[in-house]
Amino acid sequence: MARRVLVLGIGNILWGDEGFGVRAVEAFHRRYALPEHVTLLDGGTQGLYLVQYVREADDLLVFDAIDYGLAPGTLKIVRDGDVPKFTGSKKMSLHQTGFQEVLSAADLLGDYPSRLALIGCQPLDLENWGGPLTEPVRGAIAAAVTAAHDILLEWGVDCVLRAEPLAPELALLKHDIDHQSYESRRGADAAGEWRD
Amino acid sequence: MTQQRILQNGAAEVAQAAAPAVAATASAGVDTPNGFRLDNSGKRVVVDPVTRIEGHLRVEVNVDSDNVIRNAVSTGTMWRGIEVILKNRDPRDAWAFTERICGVCTGTHALTSVRAVEDALGIAIPENANSIRNLMQLALQVHDHIVHFYHLHALDWVDVVSALSADPKATSALAQSISSWPLSSPGYYKDLQTRLKKFVESGQLGPFKNGYWGSKAYRLPPEANLMAVAHYLEALDFQKEIVKIHTIFGGKNPHPNWLVGGVPCAINIDGTGAVGAINMERLNLVDSIIDQLIEFNDKVYIPDIMAIGSLYKDWLYGGGLSGKSVLAYGDVPEHANDYTDKNLLLPRGAIINGRLDEIHPVDHRDPEEIQEFVTHSWYKYGDETRGLHPWDGVTEPHYELGPNAKGTKTNIIELDEGGKYSWIKAPRWRGHAMEVGPLARWVIGYAQGKPQFKEPVEKVLHDLGLPTSALFSTLGRTAARALESQWAGYQMRHFFDKLVANIKAGDLATANVEKWEPKSWPKETKGVGFTEAPRGALAHWIKIKDGKIDNYQCVVPTTWNGSPRDPAGNIGAFEASLMNTPMVDPAQPLEILRTIHSFDPCLACSTHVMSEDGQEMATVQVR
Repeated sequence: MARRVLVLGIGNILWGDEGFGVRAVEAFHRRYALPEHVTLLDGGTQGLYLVQYVREADDLLVFDAIDYGLAPGTLKIVRDGDVPKFTGSKKMSLHQTGFQEVLSAADLLGDYPSRLALIGCQPLDLENWGGPLTEPVRGAIAAAVTAAHDILLEWGVDCVLRAEPLAPELALLKHDIDHQSYESRRGADAAGEWRD
Repeated sequence: MTQQRILQNGAAEVAQAAAPAVAATASAGVDTPNGFRLDNSGKRVVVDPVTRIEGHLRVEVNVDSDNVIRNAVSTGTMWRGIEVILKNRDPRDAWAFTERICGVCTGTHALTSVRAVEDALGIAIPENANSIRNLMQLALQVHDHIVHFYHLHALDWVDVVSALSADPKATSALAQSISSWPLSSPGYYKDLQTRLKKFVESGQLGPFKNGYWGSKAYRLPPEANLMAVAHYLEALDFQKEIVKIHTIFGGKNPHPNWLVGGVPCAINIDGTGAVGAINMERLNLVDSIIDQLIEFNDKVYIPDIMAIGSLYKDWLYGGGLSGKSVLAYGDVPEHANDYTDKNLLLPRGAIINGRLDEIHPVDHRDPEEIQEFVTHSWYKYGDETRGLHPWDGVTEPHYELGPNAKGTKTNIIELDEGGKYSWIKAPRWRGHAMEVGPLARWVIGYAQGKPQFKEPVEKVLHDLGLPTSALFSTLGRTAARALESQWAGYQMRHFFDKLVANIKAGDLATANVEKWEPKSWPKETKGVGFTEAPRGALAHWIKIKDGKIDNYQCVVPTTWNGSPRDPAGNIGAFEASLMNTPMVDPAQPLEILRTIHSFDPCLACSTHVMSEDGQEMATVQVR
């Protein structure tokens, strides 16, 4: 049986660069068609509620905004045992559950993924309520998508390049919160002016 | 740099500040209009952040020479930008945005949002849509209550480390004496204890790392602790079943779909498969999940509450406003489109000044009833002695510390509650600070004499040998949540049966699209949607102009409970609940966590704490 693979984007799309993880998995899905045994998930800020998806995965690839102290937009990929270390400092929304705790909870329940990869992007601005991704972070999405493709290839997953990127209405996020609609509206632009 | 980071970094720096204790000014105390005597002359204890909650909350208290809390100050971050994000967007998409405000109340915000839009546009939903929405809302209620109790609150009563020294045989005997739940053999507990030992010995306390293990404030014997830890893990495993109901009716999870005018799922009873319209196969799955959650409530959650309650029943602090002023909007309409009190299965009304014999009606549209004040909040109004109704709400940030604050704007050592001190506004009902949430709902249901609320409450009190007054406590709040989870399970059974009967009678309608097109809408209109979120009364107020959102205001439950003082000097529910609680050791503020957690706070609706070392243990400063 094929190994179960989970490609997970986490973060809050309403908080500036905090949206990186979700926007990256959205872009990845628009670009590649994936076989049945691969699940793409917009995990949002679900924290501990993601534990069941992590438990089901043999291999787990995560996109997230991580503060590595690097230049904004820099991608850094960490693997396996190093993943919890980097996800520990990042508190997700669900009662400040770090992703590290989600991994710990999966471990405690006896279902820890055997392969882990984290594609982290250094954010510039995490505090712009209602704001868009900043330029450097938006600019890193294409490279993050390519990096994910390479990791999945190494894991034996056949990502099929779509002839055309998937139309927004078929994408992971709909109802005006897909990346393009979310950022192109006046409301989102005005949010920038609203900052302290 | 924004204020949020200031608060968080400020917190981290407090511990290093090593500021000399400043001689507190003596004070005879001040009486608040809502019946509390505040005395800030004793030493100040700062807990920042309060962990295992949604968002960022800081609590400061003053304790007297016996370590009893005599003044309480709570301050938090709160989502405050939704009106800006939603301005000019399509009202039919607002639910998708509000679903993203928060990682916990996703579906509740979405439901509140579609109700607000339907109210503004005069859209009636089909009966099946009402039943399905109730099933989704009640499933969220059960899910949230179970996860809150086991994963966020139980560890305030249960000492995980003590569980390591339990005797598995005695644990089994204890478990079997209180419930017929099958997972209770000595072998089961022995295996679990071994697994827990291995986990703790590997150095990764993981979800258990934020605890004051070994504190004298913990009272359960090791066996009860081991049983509770077992149920912690079982609940973590079981919660995934409950959310399948959201996947079935909402198309996906997390972030299920909602629809203005009904629900987004069609019904095709003869269909097959796990995708597409709702068919018999999937209804059968819902049916079986409802049975399972009823059993979990009956055989695990309720017995655990009773077991913990029996060992803490003399710890009846934390009542705060619950016996004085409580508010519920009501929810779970029996029939579609009727939001009057008599049609709502969760009670609606306001009790003030402890008068349980008088339930006041609540009107979300009346500008004199629900108002938000900012006298002590970091916002600016033209006239801050007055409150604003949410339809006229203004959110203009204004960050300044009071004259007696210690530290700086970027490094707050002590807040000055005499000035502005929180990002949370202060909502009031006819000028009264109100508690909202499961206990508020159950107090109102109890006061109305409705048997479905009164009888379970009386049974719990009777079985624990406690008077009615014991209901107004931290433990009462925790017990009310459990009773509500049980009640919600039974209601799910009711609405499931109703849905199936209606489908069998040939009614397959799930959506009303008559007013879907904006050209059918009035040029200008406004509406309000309300629900009872797991943590309390939630409402969204919307103004629509030319087919677009003109104004959108959310007043969320934790705004009510976590509110700062108002111009009259009333303290909010969190602050009130901490008053007069004795602390075993102010450096280990377990009592504060226990009571604040009992509200199931949900603050920032999204926050991100980036402490460099990943350490999230609260900083506690006693001075």
